[in-house]
Amino acid sequence: MPKFDEPAFYKHEDLLGVDWHPPKTEWMETPVDFRHGTYIYPGKAKNLKVLDLPNPRDWSVTADDWQLPDGWKQIVLDGIADRLSKYRSFRIFMDTCVRCGACADKCHFFIGSGDPKNMPVLRAELLRSIYRRDFTALGKAFGKLAGGRDLTEDVIKEWFYYFYQCTECRRCSVFCPYGIDTAEITMIGRELLGLLGLYVNWVIEPVANCYKVGNHLGIQPHGLADTLEFMADDIEEATGIRVDIPINKKGAEILFVTPSGDFVADPGIYTCMAYMVLFHELGIDYTWSTYASDGGNFGLFTSHEAMKRLNAKIYTEAKRLGVKWILGGECGHMWRGINQYMDTMNGPADFLEVPRSPMTGTVFEHARSTKMIHLMEFTADLIRHGKLNLDPSRNDHIRVTFHDSCNPARAMGIFEEPRYVIRNVCNNFFEMPENTIREQTFCCGGGAGLGTDENMEMRLRGGLPRGNAVRYVQQTYGVNQLAAMCAIDRATLVTVADYWAPGVKVTGISELVVNAMKLTGEKRRTHNLRLEPIPGMAEDGEDADDE
Amino acid sequence: MRILIPLVLVGGLFALGLLGSVPGMGWIFGIAFPYLAIALFVFGLISRVMKWANAAVPFRIPTTCGQEKSLSWIKQNKLDNPSTTLQVVGRMALEVLFFRSLLRNTKVQFVDRERLVYGTDLSLWIGALAMHWAFAVILIRHLRFFTNPVPFFVTFIEKADGFMEVGVPVIFVTTVAFVVAVGYLLFRRIGNPQVRYISLIGDYFPLFLLLGIGISGFFLRHLTKTDVVAIKELALGWIRLAPVLPESVSPLFYGHVFLVSILLGYFPFSKLVHMAGVFLSPTRNMANNNRAVRYINPWDYPVKVHSYEEYEDELRDKMKAAGIPVERQ
Repeated sequence: MPKFDEPAFYKHEDLLGVDWHPPKTEWMETPVDFRHGTYIYPGKAKNLKVLDLPNPRDWSVTADDWQLPDGWKQIVLDGIADRLSKYRSFRIFMDTCVRCGACADKCHFFIGSGDPKNMPVLRAELLRSIYRRDFTALGKAFGKLAGGRDLTEDVIKEWFYYFYQCTECRRCSVFCPYGIDTAEITMIGRELLGLLGLYVNWVIEPVANCYKVGNHLGIQPHGLADTLEFMADDIEEATGIRVDIPINKKGAEILFVTPSGDFVADPGIYTCMAYMVLFHELGIDYTWSTYASDGGNFGLFTSHEAMKRLNAKIYTEAKRLGVKWILGGECGHMWRGINQYMDTMNGPADFLEVPRSPMTGTVFEHARSTKMIHLMEFTADLIRHGKLNLDPSRNDHIRVTFHDSCNPARAMGIFEEPRYVIRNVCNNFFEMPENTIREQTFCCGGGAGLGTDENMEMRLRGGLPRGNAVRYVQQTYGVNQLAAMCAIDRATLVTVADYWAPGVKVTGISELVVNAMKLTGEKRRTHNLRLEPIPGMAEDGEDADDE
Repeated sequence: MRILIPLVLVGGLFALGLLGSVPGMGWIFGIAFPYLAIALFVFGLISRVMKWANAAVPFRIPTTCGQEKSLSWIKQNKLDNPSTTLQVVGRMALEVLFFRSLLRNTKVQFVDRERLVYGTDLSLWIGALAMHWAFAVILIRHLRFFTNPVPFFVTFIEKADGFMEVGVPVIFVTTVAFVVAVGYLLFRRIGNPQVRYISLIGDYFPLFLLLGIGISGFFLRHLTKTDVVAIKELALGWIRLAPVLPESVSPLFYGHVFLVSILLGYFPFSKLVHMAGVFLSPTRNMANNNRAVRYINPWDYPVKVHSYEEYEDELRDKMKAAGIPVERQ
């Protein structure tokens, strides 16, 4: 019998046809139901200690007593006051919402669960009701009549449940007439919970790992070297080419940073292999770093401070190694961090040079301050200048669609580069329906630190809108691959696709690129980077089964 | 209760306002409350905006809704993903004047219980736009009472607004549009189960208030004999800080003026501040040029990091064994 942390535990018909009608009881009178599959296990004391975070202890979500520190109420109220002065976004978003409800059915978790507290407006009201009660004139005078409520332990439990049921994807913010961004509210809400020592382990353990060892998975330097070496073996088997693996190489031109998810998880590893093949073929002078071995930053899902503490490594390492500029791999939230926070938090990067492609001479002026560009910008420029020897027919057995990842879409706006690259390496590219792509893209359901198995019911529910759109192009155009430039996507969309659109496989874009590249000195390519036989290229001359 | 309380409240306030016509009460409802309301509105709103302005903006966090500025041959969506101040002004203008984001609104539905479809839903956009624009035009029309001579644009807008030439005096399009739009927004708030679920007293109260103001205004112009000359005398008196109470003004007028006074006084302490807040929203009023121009956090502070030296000290032997270069042997 499957358990609650396995997709098979959930029947499709139970998750479909969601009833979006709110319950009879008013939301302030509806307590949280911590049932298996919908919440994430708490952060372990050892991880909080690594990071010097307050109130480290081992506790249980379902226990009555969460062992909050003495004076917890004042800690939270002081925390709110502090952030109201530090973040105009927070203050404005607390004040301006008119509860028009335009955001309600824009959230994948509301669409998939029907739980009214997953409407972005109500998620914010969980915090706004406390703000009104304790920080506004009407709330102080009229309390509940003015929409305020007292801060109790039940409120804290509710925050914990719902602020870890938001993937900070910002889709609601696209539709809000005031640009109210629930990601911002969730980030502040998680910071407030953090003041009491309330974290989820799926976030805080990666943060502790990344802080100590350089990446979320806790892969130590020799382990990383081994991992890349194994990948080089597989690359050689697929292509006949032995790629070199520069690690912590001083004086290299480019520091390459990518999310660590691509080091271990299938199918992310094929994207990682693709990076190595691409750089080898181009012959560029680059290096991996073991100290800055993660561009991803679960600090973003913890607190602004934690984000800064982890992100600091990238510039520090670039300086130590003496590189000229930084290239970033295919990742989602990493690019929110780099585009909207890195330079402000840990810049100025005045010791680096404005990124310039050694192959095409293109100077990436739009990154002249941060000195870091996205691999898709780099690759699109290469293709535009004819620097890649491409044979897209090698991908003819692939019918691909593209999932815009939340953060590159709504915190950056990189829409055309990935599409340009995909169109140049695949002959069969199909878009999902327009309300589900680009700035209106739907989250995978597992971003912002929610991609763990004990949260499976919410992942499947949150993944429904994306999975549904994939299913649509699968049935309409025969799509069999879903490309995404995000490591969390490459981990979580596999589950979503297997459940909602079985038969569709997940891939990174670079993997598609390298499978279409004619490499210098390559052997006859009969197998792709996954070491699966390529239809029409099999050695016996017959089409092999790609499945 | 959340609907009934504000309804009764607005009804009661209107009834209270009618008392203005009782001899001896005129100065309270015709002079004291209007001035108090204006004072609350002005100082309350300034204080609210100052609170916002004094809050720092630590990071540049626009919500990007189109292609960013990147490679020279890729077309940027300048209004939905601006990279310069001028483009931001364009984005804000679309937002403030035409509710750009609300225009994107969709409605999700299940087809056959298994396929999600997203239909365009313009009803909220139309309702909101009609209400706000009609309100703006009505405010401009009211300048007729506060100016002498009446400026040309007021007369012009009046002419345009009454182009249908129905009724005596002419019925303004915006009067009807305003009442219908507010009525729709109220109907939507009550009729849509999700919106009703999230609605507070503070959401119904302004709608009832606006409805009361609109309907009483309509009655004043079309269904009752109103001494317009006397009202203009009073309005000009307010402006000159020398108000003179007219004798021949109906109770209805006082009810209308009192509701307006309540609206003004309530404004800065309620969700109605969204009028000012929209201009300061960091996800809309900032350019997405982070990688080109460094943004400074005014309260930035140093944080504890795990330095490379500490890292190497802890892992040096393993690094050396794996042939990874180290700083110190």
